[in-house]
Amino acid sequence: MACVLEAPLRMSVLSEVTASSRHYVDRLFDLDPQKVLQGVIDMKNAVIGNNKQKANLIVLGAVPRLLYLLQQETSSTELRTECAVVLGSLAMGTENNVKSLLDCHIIPALLQGLLSPDLKFIEACLRCLRTIFISPVTPEDLLYTLLPFYQDVLLKDATVISHLMALLSRSRYTQEYICQIFSHCCKGPDHQTILFNHGAVQNIAHLLVSTSYKVRMQALKCFSVLAFENPQVSMTLVNVSVDGELLPQIFVKMLQRDKPIEMQLTSAKCLTSMCRAGAIRTDDSCIVLKTLPCLVRMCSKERLLEERVEGAETLAYLIETDVELQRIASITDHLIVMLADYFKYPSSVSAITDIKRLDHDLKHAHELRQAAFKLYASLGANDEDIRKKIIETENMMDRIVNGLSESSIKVRLAAVRCLHSLSRSVQQLRTSFQDHAVWKPLMKVLQNAPNEILVVASSTLCNLLLEFSPSKEPILESGAIELLCSLTQSENLALRVNGIWALMNMAFQAEQKIKSDILRGLSTEQLFQLLSDSDVNVLMKTLGLLRNLLSTRPHIDHIMSTHGKQIMQAVTLILEGEHNIEVKEQTLCILANIADGTTAKELIMTNDDILQKIKYYMSHSNAKLQLAAMFCISNLIWNEEEGSQERQDKLRDMGIVDILHKLSQSSDPNLCDKAKTALQQYLA
Amino acid sequence: MAEAGASTLQVGGEVLSCSLVEQELSRRLRRLYPVVNQEETPLPRSWSLKDKCNYIGLSQNNLRVHYTGHGKNHKDAASVRATHPIPTACGIYYFEVKIISKGRDGYMGVGLCAQGVSMNRLPGWDKHSYGYHGDDGHSFCSSGTGQPYGPTFTTGDVIGCCVNLINNTCFYTKNGHSLAIQPVLYPPSGPSIKLISLQFRDKDVVRDSVKCFFAQVQSNLYPTVGLQTPGETVDANFGQQPFVFDIEDYMREWRAKIQSTIKQFPIGARLGEWQAMLQNMVSSYLVHHWYCSTATAFARVTDTTIQEEQNSIKNRQRIQKLVLAGRMGEAIEATQQLYPGLLEHSPNLLFMLKCRQFVEMVIGTDSEVRCFSARSPRFQDSYPRSPSLSPRHGSSNSHIHSTGADSLTCRNGVMSTKSKQSHNKYPTLSSSSSSSSSPSSVNYSKSNSTDSTKSQQHSSMSNQETSDSEMEMEAEHYSNRDPERSSTRIMNGTYKHEEILQADESSMEDSCAQRQLCGGNHAATERMIQFGRELQILSEQLCSEYGKNTVHKEMLQDAFSLLAYSDPWNCPVGQQLDPVQREPVCAALISAILESQNLPKQPPLMLTLGQASECLRLMARVGLGSGSCSFARVDDYLH
Repeated sequence: MACVLEAPLRMSVLSEVTASSRHYVDRLFDLDPQKVLQGVIDMKNAVIGNNKQKANLIVLGAVPRLLYLLQQETSSTELRTECAVVLGSLAMGTENNVKSLLDCHIIPALLQGLLSPDLKFIEACLRCLRTIFISPVTPEDLLYTLLPFYQDVLLKDATVISHLMALLSRSRYTQEYICQIFSHCCKGPDHQTILFNHGAVQNIAHLLVSTSYKVRMQALKCFSVLAFENPQVSMTLVNVSVDGELLPQIFVKMLQRDKPIEMQLTSAKCLTSMCRAGAIRTDDSCIVLKTLPCLVRMCSKERLLEERVEGAETLAYLIETDVELQRIASITDHLIVMLADYFKYPSSVSAITDIKRLDHDLKHAHELRQAAFKLYASLGANDEDIRKKIIETENMMDRIVNGLSESSIKVRLAAVRCLHSLSRSVQQLRTSFQDHAVWKPLMKVLQNAPNEILVVASSTLCNLLLEFSPSKEPILESGAIELLCSLTQSENLALRVNGIWALMNMAFQAEQKIKSDILRGLSTEQLFQLLSDSDVNVLMKTLGLLRNLLSTRPHIDHIMSTHGKQIMQAVTLILEGEHNIEVKEQTLCILANIADGTTAKELIMTNDDILQKIKYYMSHSNAKLQLAAMFCISNLIWNEEEGSQERQDKLRDMGIVDILHKLSQSSDPNLCDKAKTALQQYLA
Repeated sequence: MAEAGASTLQVGGEVLSCSLVEQELSRRLRRLYPVVNQEETPLPRSWSLKDKCNYIGLSQNNLRVHYTGHGKNHKDAASVRATHPIPTACGIYYFEVKIISKGRDGYMGVGLCAQGVSMNRLPGWDKHSYGYHGDDGHSFCSSGTGQPYGPTFTTGDVIGCCVNLINNTCFYTKNGHSLAIQPVLYPPSGPSIKLISLQFRDKDVVRDSVKCFFAQVQSNLYPTVGLQTPGETVDANFGQQPFVFDIEDYMREWRAKIQSTIKQFPIGARLGEWQAMLQNMVSSYLVHHWYCSTATAFARVTDTTIQEEQNSIKNRQRIQKLVLAGRMGEAIEATQQLYPGLLEHSPNLLFMLKCRQFVEMVIGTDSEVRCFSARSPRFQDSYPRSPSLSPRHGSSNSHIHSTGADSLTCRNGVMSTKSKQSHNKYPTLSSSSSSSSSPSSVNYSKSNSTDSTKSQQHSSMSNQETSDSEMEMEAEHYSNRDPERSSTRIMNGTYKHEEILQADESSMEDSCAQRQLCGGNHAATERMIQFGRELQILSEQLCSEYGKNTVHKEMLQDAFSLLAYSDPWNCPVGQQLDPVQREPVCAALISAILESQNLPKQPPLMLTLGQASECLRLMARVGLGSGSCSFARVDDYLH
């Protein structure tokens, strides 16, 4: 749209050029097949490396004609092959070319061509298919939904897949192109499973030792895509061998430092997937001494920006859950310092001196930052010393804070993940997190963010709301309760857990006002909703919240005076329901807390049903439950409190004392002690 | 010094295992540092008994280091250097140290330092000294204050130290993980030169200029460990055991890097210039070795002209054929006829030719004696027609090529392999020469020989013939060269030519098979004796004219000695009868002819190859600041 002014000029140039291009198209319609063939060959020579010519021919309608000739049964194989070659050449041009080709339904035509017996023709069709399928998909572009659509169609058509698998044995070119098509079309576990079920592993494995570098490379890429986050494929790969050598060994060879970077990186990805799937142990030397160092090298300044992004992301994935790998990575080649460089793009130098470079840097800047954040997150996931080292890296907290407010969702997400990982450090929560007022941008991220960010951000918030965190106060003041309460209503399970978890942390040893705010914000209906949540985690955290709310006597009495009825109902329900030990224990603890109140006690004492339940749990087979029930009793019969005598009498009548006597003989020292203390209350 | 005595006293069994370890060590060192000439620049194999602080004790073949001092403060620090500095030709050097015990405080340092750095210190504290310390994990680069570098290390850890002489960096490893690369400043930092941009015409110039560049560079860093508190004990691994860190993989990376640098050397605007030069080289090579048709075709395609006339090429070829067939008389005659004045002006060459002619008479192949014996018609037929060109050139010409390039290839040390090969190709002679098989190859590959009189003879002879200083240089530089390292592939045609020779030879074998002097013919024997007398006279003549010549004398003596044995083929000087011995004679003659025609004695292509290998060898030898020469070998580019 910006070139409106130039339009007349371009028009005239266009008309000039199209005149010469038209000639090529016209020849496609010649009656003499020999002349048509010559015309296609000339066209082929004219379009090679000439994007303008390609665009012209497309505008002039060469594509439908070429496709027609390609599909025509009467066309000679030679002509059909040349047509496929020209179409492949057109696909090599701009993204618009690919769009035009897709619009003309080129994919079905080419797939049809694969059924031909002629190898040259098949190769030309595959080459064209390959070129189309690997063209970059820009999600902003609606037309491009066609490409993923076709990629999906290709993989879901069993006959096509089996035919492609069969073609794998035809020549090194079919091998190269088909592997490349597979690795670009395979997106997600569905596709992986389809390819796997069609024997992709067996069919492609031997290509890893092909004499052609391109075939080896594409086969390797195929495996990296097939195995990515796919335990089934990964587990299979470990046991496949080619020429007496197991695949992991072959991959390790491809990691050698004199191999092309692309090959090293891709085989490291394969080994990473296999390791994460549990197919290779994390302490296996091929991971510790080969894959990990290789990936660290990929992060070095010497590598291309794309390679550094991929290297860091893969490494982050590899070490994510293993503290030993995190420790090794943290000392290898000063990785933590090396990663700081990821934030220096575009550099101030490149901005002035080199526009091309600036463009390149800008394009990758986001990717670099998010990759670095991801890797920092993995590195700091478990080890306090590593977290300290990360935070001590130059401007690290500022970078995270800036990252939290970046426009790119990917960067924001990665920054939050990094923050989350670092927030597991008590020390950092008290120092750096406070110094940089991290909570502010974090609260901002939590507003209207997509779920995937919300999940991590709310987890981080949980940590920031721990009682010893100095951020707790300001977070509360900025309206966190409301936000968290709304999270508990989310469809997303992780968000519900995090929301209630954060509330639980918030309620721990909190003042009365906060507790009432939470209760008000949550509403009793929501509380019940959560108590009947299908997820045990949500249930546990909700009970935890209740328990935290019901602590210190005045609070207990206050809350029970307002919500007593509902809470007692809920407790009864849970104790009657089918729940695991932990849930029941937590519930009994809540009862114990209630029993600690002054007025709240009466809610229990007047509820025979509850008393019977407590009695039941005192003789339960699980010691934990017995202990929790005993806490209740002990709170109820405590001497110094008002009305203790009546309660003691009532409970004795229920036969509690007999049980206590029995328990005082228990082999469990905790139970025994507790029972004896309780019995003393009766004696006093 | 007390430990010195102790460590040499070994129990029998241990000595055996030690020698096994030694073998393993030598094998590993050869594999890691193939370019290092270990006789000239030995690699570190243990800690030095002399070059250490008094507080250091050594044991277990001087591989285990323990601290014997008080360890009160840093003044009690003690270090030990390895027996030898790291040769620059390593390119990349690596050693490991295992911490057996961290002792009291674990103040241990692993690193490098130059000769002369105080041993009363931990590595890294002083100038020209670098170290990674276990107590704080800091790295010390010629400074008393360290920089935060890596993790601390302690008992059970394996610490490695790698020096990269290509980019002057070093890095340490802990338990097989590289920690981070650091710069290393070499004691006297040498000037950096781009060797490839220097254009050398003459080999002497190469040598001199390279030498003067290299003279300023000496980088003598020693593997070093330092300890400071009682109980600290570490074991070194200089290659006795497999390394924990995959150093070979690191070396592979650098080899690939250097090769790609060479491959991607920017030519830029000089592309045309380069192309012309390359075409010239190819063309001159083809012409030199008489691939006439190929040369013509090449000239036509590349649009260049051949400098030498076809006739001149053919003449040369004819003479060579004669010499190699042992028909010396005819060869001398042809030379005199085609190149009048040539032999007259070089009496030394003539004398050599005549000596060879005498030997050929003994064999019975020379035309002057052969006319007496019954000739095999096959022989007649096959011979004079031999200058057939393109159809056979792949084989026959390459033969000549090998001899033509003789003086050069000898210099590169390729002859050893080549002559071995040719030797094996003469089965009929094997019985006679098997006993003397090694002398024959030694004789030929003089550059590899250390004591053979033959080699001296030959080299001094060529010296005179060519009045060239190359041979001096060769003697100076290559007398100790490792024959294994010589390149075979320069001789790209040798393999086939032997077959043809053999075919030629087969006709002779008939006569040879009888193994009789001059083919057993009386007249021939008489002619031979007469020729011997003439030769004696010629020698005396030369002696009176040019002064005494020991080379001539020896040559004559060797030749005449053949008659002293009943079976010349099976006598101490019998190897003269080996047809392979015709090749140096032939080479000398052809070189002289070429020189007289103002043509290069050797094709420029061979000269360039020689120069390239020469340069690399000198770089490795003298230690040019960059160790990249260790990873660039001419062989890698010859297919």
